[in-house]
Amino acid sequence: MSVPSELYYTKDHEWVKVEDGKATIGITDFAQHELGDITYVELPKAESTVSKGNEIATIESVKAASDVYSPITGTVDEVNESLESSPDVINTDPYGEGWICTLKDIVVDDLNTLMNAEQYEAFLKEEK
Amino acid sequence: MKLIYEESTPKRRGVIPPKSGIECQTKVPESLRRKEKAPLPEVSELDVVRHYTNLSRLNYSVDTNFYPLGSCTMKYNPKVNEQVARLEGFTTLHPYLSLVPGGPEKVQGALETIYETEQKLCEITGMKAVTLQPFAGANGEFTGVMLIAAYHKDRGDSKRRRMLIPDSAHGTNPASAMMAGFEITPIPSDPKGWVDLKALEAALGDDVAGLMLTAPNTVGLFDSNVGKISEMVHKAGGLMYYDGANLNAIMGHARPGDLGFDVVHLNMHKTFSTPHGGGGPGAGAVGVKEQLVPFLPTPRVTKKADGTYEVGVADSKKSMGHIAPFFGNFCVMLKAYAYMLQLGAEGIREAAGLAVLNANYLKARLQDTFKFPFQDQICMHECVCTSEWQLEKSGVNTLDIAKMLLDRGYHAPTVYFPLIVHEAIMIEPTETESKETLDAFVESMKEIAKITETDPEACHRAPERTPIGRMDEVAAAKNMILKA
Repeated sequence: MSVPSELYYTKDHEWVKVEDGKATIGITDFAQHELGDITYVELPKAESTVSKGNEIATIESVKAASDVYSPITGTVDEVNESLESSPDVINTDPYGEGWICTLKDIVVDDLNTLMNAEQYEAFLKEEK
Repeated sequence: MKLIYEESTPKRRGVIPPKSGIECQTKVPESLRRKEKAPLPEVSELDVVRHYTNLSRLNYSVDTNFYPLGSCTMKYNPKVNEQVARLEGFTTLHPYLSLVPGGPEKVQGALETIYETEQKLCEITGMKAVTLQPFAGANGEFTGVMLIAAYHKDRGDSKRRRMLIPDSAHGTNPASAMMAGFEITPIPSDPKGWVDLKALEAALGDDVAGLMLTAPNTVGLFDSNVGKISEMVHKAGGLMYYDGANLNAIMGHARPGDLGFDVVHLNMHKTFSTPHGGGGPGAGAVGVKEQLVPFLPTPRVTKKADGTYEVGVADSKKSMGHIAPFFGNFCVMLKAYAYMLQLGAEGIREAAGLAVLNANYLKARLQDTFKFPFQDQICMHECVCTSEWQLEKSGVNTLDIAKMLLDRGYHAPTVYFPLIVHEAIMIEPTETESKETLDAFVESMKEIAKITETDPEACHRAPERTPIGRMDEVAAAKNMILKA
């Protein structure tokens, strides 16, 4: 299970990467594996504001529909519209082309409440 | 099998009607008229009979085989219920008859049925009053949470915006509460599969409207802290909502009202034998304690001092109004009423006991073969195991095992639910299955477990003996093509 070292993680298996004051959000390799083949992604609206821990997207797979919770507070900037036609990219490239959205005006301090790669890996082991 | 259109042969007919002597006159404008004849299949009567008879033989039903999916979809419902619901005296009634002058005396039997069904459900659930108006379980859930909203609003307590819902709940709970305008706070489960009391304590506050609890819960366990949970929620000013999805496990043994619940909804098809195949019609009775009675939907059937029945809308200023027209799906109530009368108090208790016994029997016989995450607890009417042992050893998952069952003549159990159990397989045998049926199912499950070790590839290919083989579920979900 891949856990890139430069990202931050939540207990609900989202990842977040912060660059130049913007955050990119997605779900982890573990999450996509657990969900199975992803068939649909309900994306957030650009310019909507989200609070940490609130629902930001919904992912449907052949097994279930799951909510994605925002790891940090901010305003939705870009959404990955290519997921509308090819949601399976989340399965094949969860940390790259499978990103869900980016946030601007973020509360950077929220990052302190998240796990780093090492902590997330330990968390996954514990979960098992 | 071919479509009936593919069996068509030009000019073949089933019936050749005599020529009509009447000239066809129509006011349909030319532009709206068909230019060509309707493309109907050209087949003989026998072609049609064989086509549909053969099609019906591909059906899988509880009348032909065992359904370990249980009451969620299809438990066995006594046929006499259907006969009662078809009685002409009931099927030809119009509900308006109960509301026009002189009408109620002509429909006393129907009003009595509604009243008595409500009374029996009150007795079983420990509630003060019941409405049968909601059309189905989820409709009942929505009614229930709307009643909670009406109650708090009437008290002038407008800050109670949050509904607490354990993470083991059915997805309809958060959906119903959202529809009613609440915000959802999920409550995690503890390692035993029960409500995490610490997390509950932390979530409670003066903005909590209530807690929606399924008992037994969706993992098939009875949360023995339910009394404590009720106490905690009530102390914080919230109400207790009972999701009656699993009442069939405790009816006649424990009453939601005595456990501290203030509102209940009942999925009549799950517990009271009213089939809901094909999406309806259904019924989702809602019961409430005293303080919520004024908010119930109207009209209400009441019993007068002389023993006759009338329809009242009086005292309805606080009523939430209609949730469905008239009294709901009346014929569904008839089936439930017939079922309760047949079983009686003893039978109701016994049906629950047998449902629990059957699930525990399966659990006991399968626990060396499959991993049961809550193995040390007695389960209720359903038992949840997982394919984790098989997955680790040979890469065969729950979906493969479900497909293997199809090849052995069984409907698959519920899979991948509840979400809190990894690779879940939820088996609900129901009260009607014999030991022989359960033993045969156990043998099939053990055989499948063996094949996961000897020939995992065969598991990925299953089913191979069904009319249609392994479906491409991703393509089915992504590229759905619907055509008439």
